[in-house]
Amino acid sequence: MKRYSAFAIAREAARYHSGWERAWRSPEPKRKYDVIIVGAGGHGLATAYYLGKNFGITNVAVIEKGWLGGGNTGRNTTIIRSNYLQDPSAAIYEKSRSLYETMSQDLNYNVMFSPRGVIMLAQTHHEVRGYQRTAHANALQGVTTEFITPQKVKELVPIINLAGPRYPVLGGLWQARGGTARHDAVAWGYARACSDMGMDIIQKCEVTGVRRDGGRVAGVDTTKGPIDCDKLGIVVAGHSGVLADMAGFRLPIESVALQALVSEPIKPCMDVVVMANTVHGYMSQSDKGEMVIGGGADGYNNYTQRGSFHHIEETVRALIETFPMVSRLKMLRQWGGIVDMTGDRSPILSKTPVDGVFINCGWGTGGFKAIPGSGWGMAELIAKGRSPLTDAFSLDRFKEGRFIDESVAAGVAH
Amino acid sequence: MSTRLASGGRLIDRSKQVQFTFNGKQMRGHAGDTLASALLANDQMMVGRSFKYHRPRGIVASGAEEPNALINMGEGARFEPNQRATTTELFNGLVAQSQNHWPSLEFDIGAVNTYFSRFLPAGFYYKMFMYPRAFWKHVYEPFIRQSAGLGRAPKQRDQDTYEHFYHFADLVVIGGGVAGLQAALAAATAGQSVLVIEQTADWGGRAPVDGVADDSTIDGMDADAWVAQAVAKLDAMDNVTMRTRTMGAGVYDHGYLLAYERLRDHAPEAKGPRHRLWRIRTKQIVTATGAIERPLSFAGNDLPGVMLAAALRDYVVNYGVSTGDRTVVVTNNDDAYRTAIVLKQAGLEVPVIIDARPEGGGALMAKARDMGIRVDTGRAIAKVKGGKRVTGVQICAQAGEGSVLEEIPCDAVAMSGGWSPVVHLWSHCGGKLIWDDAQAHFRPDPSRPPTGASGEGFVIAAGSANGALALDAALADATAAGVAAARAAGGTPDDAPPPKADALGEAALAPVWMMPQGANIKLRMKSWLDFQNDVKVSDVQLAAHEGFESVEHAKRYTTLGMATDQGKLSNINGLAILSDALGQPIPVTGTTTFRPPYTPISMGAIAGEARGEIFQPLRRTPMHDWHDANGADWEPVGHWRRPYAFVRNGETVNEAVMREVRNTREKLGLLDASTLGKLIVKGPDAGRFLDMMYTNMMSTLKPGKCRYGLMCSENGFLSDDGVVARIDDDTWLCHTTTGGADRIHAHMEEWLQTEWWDWKVYVANVTEQLAQVAVVGPNARKLLEKLGGMDVSREALGFMEWADGTLGGFDARVYRISFSGELSYEVAVPASQGRAFWDKLMEAGKEFGVMPYGTEALHIMRAEKGFIMIGDETDGTVIPQDLGLDWALSKKKEDYLGKRAQQRSHMTDPNRWKLVGLETVDGSVLPDGAYALGNGVNENGQKVMIGRVTSTYHSPTLNRGIAMGLVLHGPDRMGEVLDFPGTDGKTYKAKIVSAVFYDPEGEKQNV
Ligand SMILES: Cc1cc2nc3c(=O)[nH]c(=O)nc-3n(C[C@H](O)[C@H](O)[C@H](O)COP(=O)(O)OP(=O)(O)OC[C@H]3O[C@@H](n4cnc5c(N)ncnc54)[C@H](O)[C@@H]3O)c2cc1C
Repeated sequence: MKRYSAFAIAREAARYHSGWERAWRSPEPKRKYDVIIVGAGGHGLATAYYLGKNFGITNVAVIEKGWLGGGNTGRNTTIIRSNYLQDPSAAIYEKSRSLYETMSQDLNYNVMFSPRGVIMLAQTHHEVRGYQRTAHANALQGVTTEFITPQKVKELVPIINLAGPRYPVLGGLWQARGGTARHDAVAWGYARACSDMGMDIIQKCEVTGVRRDGGRVAGVDTTKGPIDCDKLGIVVAGHSGVLADMAGFRLPIESVALQALVSEPIKPCMDVVVMANTVHGYMSQSDKGEMVIGGGADGYNNYTQRGSFHHIEETVRALIETFPMVSRLKMLRQWGGIVDMTGDRSPILSKTPVDGVFINCGWGTGGFKAIPGSGWGMAELIAKGRSPLTDAFSLDRFKEGRFIDESVAAGVAH
Repeated sequence: MSTRLASGGRLIDRSKQVQFTFNGKQMRGHAGDTLASALLANDQMMVGRSFKYHRPRGIVASGAEEPNALINMGEGARFEPNQRATTTELFNGLVAQSQNHWPSLEFDIGAVNTYFSRFLPAGFYYKMFMYPRAFWKHVYEPFIRQSAGLGRAPKQRDQDTYEHFYHFADLVVIGGGVAGLQAALAAATAGQSVLVIEQTADWGGRAPVDGVADDSTIDGMDADAWVAQAVAKLDAMDNVTMRTRTMGAGVYDHGYLLAYERLRDHAPEAKGPRHRLWRIRTKQIVTATGAIERPLSFAGNDLPGVMLAAALRDYVVNYGVSTGDRTVVVTNNDDAYRTAIVLKQAGLEVPVIIDARPEGGGALMAKARDMGIRVDTGRAIAKVKGGKRVTGVQICAQAGEGSVLEEIPCDAVAMSGGWSPVVHLWSHCGGKLIWDDAQAHFRPDPSRPPTGASGEGFVIAAGSANGALALDAALADATAAGVAAARAAGGTPDDAPPPKADALGEAALAPVWMMPQGANIKLRMKSWLDFQNDVKVSDVQLAAHEGFESVEHAKRYTTLGMATDQGKLSNINGLAILSDALGQPIPVTGTTTFRPPYTPISMGAIAGEARGEIFQPLRRTPMHDWHDANGADWEPVGHWRRPYAFVRNGETVNEAVMREVRNTREKLGLLDASTLGKLIVKGPDAGRFLDMMYTNMMSTLKPGKCRYGLMCSENGFLSDDGVVARIDDDTWLCHTTTGGADRIHAHMEEWLQTEWWDWKVYVANVTEQLAQVAVVGPNARKLLEKLGGMDVSREALGFMEWADGTLGGFDARVYRISFSGELSYEVAVPASQGRAFWDKLMEAGKEFGVMPYGTEALHIMRAEKGFIMIGDETDGTVIPQDLGLDWALSKKKEDYLGKRAQQRSHMTDPNRWKLVGLETVDGSVLPDGAYALGNGVNENGQKVMIGRVTSTYHSPTLNRGIAMGLVLHGPDRMGEVLDFPGTDGKTYKAKIVSAVFYDPEGEKQNV
């Protein structure tokens, strides 16, 4: 693989960019792989990447029914933070956040990780106490966070309205090294690196069945024919229930549409990410200048990537309350993605009832930030049979009642 | 130069002058102008800068598709960025400023980017700015952010108002061109309710402009006359509603349609809301949204002065404005000839029409030639010359590689690459497209419309939006669409023939995606696809070359179509280039997804009226105003405000809290408890139902008695608590927490409606029907006895009993319950009597030392008693067993919500953290939410924790810090001292003690 750099760009500029290589190959599937990953979203690709990088397993195919990164990975609002409350969450999200810090250099692909800082506003006494608790927990978990005063909030976010008539800002939980990254670049960077290790990323190929041999996985059926494998990783977010059904087990997952929208681009006016959980809205400004706004999830299950408009209304209202200037911006585009929600709103990274089949799902509304950490842990789980990062997220927990509930500290978990 | 012509302009009123400013310069226009036409009339060709290279940008279109002419508009609270000049109606005093440049529009430092453009191809930023690592945050990103963005950020709070509007119609016709009007006429004969909306201020759309060159007629009238009589007819029908300045914004599931009406953008000083969002339910939607002209891809097609051919014609015919004196027309179809003809008729020069088709066109070409206009066929533009505006074009052969045959000076170029139907609204909710080879565009596939609840289609495209571009075809198509829509909505429309249209016929277009066909890389690097985002033909080709083969990948990699026009001009051209690069037909490449809104709509309109005070309206108790007048320090709780404390002059909030606790414990306190949830559960099966809802047995409770109840989720976690009173045989009244009332009501309904739908139970939330006051303290009984009425003695009304009666003349229901550990009554009176009752208590209580107290005093008193608080001791992960509440879990019942869950292995794990009291060694207050430190670290490197603080206060009663917490093996470790590291750097030491700090025997409350 030719490395990317400013020098490479200068070199290519001289020959009108005719010498760039393909970012990833577009291979036909082989008959058999050691590991097949279904779903070329961020989590699937990262899993493949760390299988190769950390465990030397490179006879791997990542099978994608559409285009790589085209699921939630390419639809989310890209907030990255690790100020989670419960130990297992803080561990995997902080691992992930720290991997984001060096991802551009690791992948030789600029994923534009921007540690601009994330504030979660406290707008009720209950939230104040919740975030103070999180700050205490984070200190012991090795996650750097701080509970800040309204004045500090205002310094960081000049456009905010502290004295909203309805929910005044009482403080905030501040993670200075949280931020955002370019979602497409994360998928593309991993895909390029995987392809470079000799892995096959097979796009426009839908998995239609999981083949078993006794209690063990034998391979998959796809729209490009059957493919054998020793191990299978299912990493398909909103369609996890569908794939589990093919493999013959059930998951405690519901799929709902989650929406987002952007404004037209304006000059920089907000450098940090702000989440207002009491009023249900969050916003950041992309490098392009658009205000990126996250909305709510629909209250009913479905697979259409649209969502209902009244959620957009609620979100926009909440943001105008928080940032009055938003009223005079315009909505440029709205969209939705199908998110996979578990009962405790925490993910599942686990072995399954079928030998050799592993599942990574349930990231719901907040898994973009987890992509590298989840890939890291999932690769270890697939390669070695267990990982300290994923132990707590096993499927058994629903049977045992061992939930990992994050809603404790925050209403939403983006 | 561009200027106002001496005559013409069907939409302007030359007798009315309008003043406005652009970048501080005074300019003049006429009523009826758009800002764009007025700018052109003042020779302001250049109006902005592009996004990436900061290239000079001129007006390129005349409508919603405009990508370039975006301005900062207005001042102060009315300031708004990114207003499209082409859809902004001019008004007196309009203040406009161009965007995205520094220091000025003419001299923009950022324009150096254009010299480096070779180093800034598609996706360059993914390949660089990686080293050194810290530079991204501190150097590269701030720089990129500064140079990106378009308009300025608004600063002030918006002073305008917005509203939402509900509308129900059998049919909605979107688009008020001749097709839309005709579709409405055809449909309205069925008598169903029809709404017709048009995004601009005028009915008629393109036909009146296009008809000029053709001398075309509809039913023997010119287009303007036909439109006038059609509008008059529709206006006269009772079943038809007509709205201009109203855009179809989005189509959603099941016929939900969003329309956006701009009421005052053209008259900001007028009264009333600025925008109105229509939320429409309809059976059938007809999209008569027209078509949008495509640019051609030749080098220099982005220079100011290069304009869409039809837009150029619009400015002449609608506004009497010429874009240039000498206009070269370049086209691959017949329609652009209309522009040449109109220009010539207006006395302007058209040095040449460059037609890429080897054979040229039909009747329109003949007409142009007859007028003496030179027509070159099989030719192309190799390159447009000029800097900040066009100075000439170089002509070459379309079939070649761009060798220049001739150079022609000109100051404007009119280009036309053919027309694409506006399919956005058709597509929003899943309508599919087919590729029309003859016209080289995607149009709606009538066999795959968006489908509603019944599985039937609910959108029908009409006229040029359906690919019927010629006037007669459009009218015939619209008639059929109107009839079909009315039928689909259940009506029986008349079968009238379509109006007769007489216009010049058009010869076939020839698709031209690259001009010239074999353009070399240098030309391709200068051929723009997306003018705003600076995406060129070479960028899309590079994307394909690098493997970004999916149309979505190519879009995201190059940013093609991601500008504020969302690709209205660029998408089809871009995906044709992509298809060509991949060697596959265009329909195989497909389009990107069309998402609402059609054009950007204001956030103000989306939010509607609900802002400020009425954003989530505040709930107030009947005593709210009294509290407000008496020093209440408010705390938001759910949708309510509750007094945190009543602060007196010279007191801090904390001092007030301490005083309130002491006074209540020593004398008498009043708490406004009206916000507590009150649910009536009634019916023959109510007892059985409550036995399922609560962990306790409620069916055996005797009328007249109260019981403290716990509610768990089906996962076993404690979700709410409160006192339940049995009112009569089949009626219970359940108190919930303040925040829990709506949630628990919904929870009960959910179980009743989904699981036990055959049980005879009703639940009613009567929270707001009753005002409730807790009368607390050693003097509580004295106060009530002074009021007179019912017997509230210990004998008549024992602890955990309730009774109805009167108190001081008020109808009252009195509960003897206590959340403070003191002698306490909770008195409920009708809400309408609440304030009077409160006043009476305050008045009569004077002699007993009465004082109101707030939520914080309430919390402290309950903590002193070791009572748990939902939301403090519980957080959705805590089960009653953790809190030592096993006594409230009925052993006699076969089942209750959460019972089975609580038997799971993790729930019965002896290592669950359990409730204890905590006392700091030095008497200080433990920090809220602090964790107790264990030994070492876990496998993930996190310090081991063995407990946490759930509530913590300074107790004025004990004059020391007290806390409750959950601790590993806590109840077995009484007396042990734990370390609680604070975030302030200190470590707090606290001893494990009993959680009941005050009156453990309950002697005070049961008197
Ligand atoms: C609107 C929105 C906003 C969000 N905001 C944030 C945020 O700010 N921060 C954050 O951390 N997270 C956020 N999220 C969540 C985040 O996007 C997801 O958790 C994350 O992207 C999931 O990644 P994934 O790789 O698991 O899933 P995906 O990216 O969805 O990938 C799954 C892939 O599997 C493929 N697939 C499915 N079925 C098959 C099959 N049968 N055969 C082959 N392939 C198949 C799909 O096509 C898809 O490409 C948001 C999500 C949404 C929708």
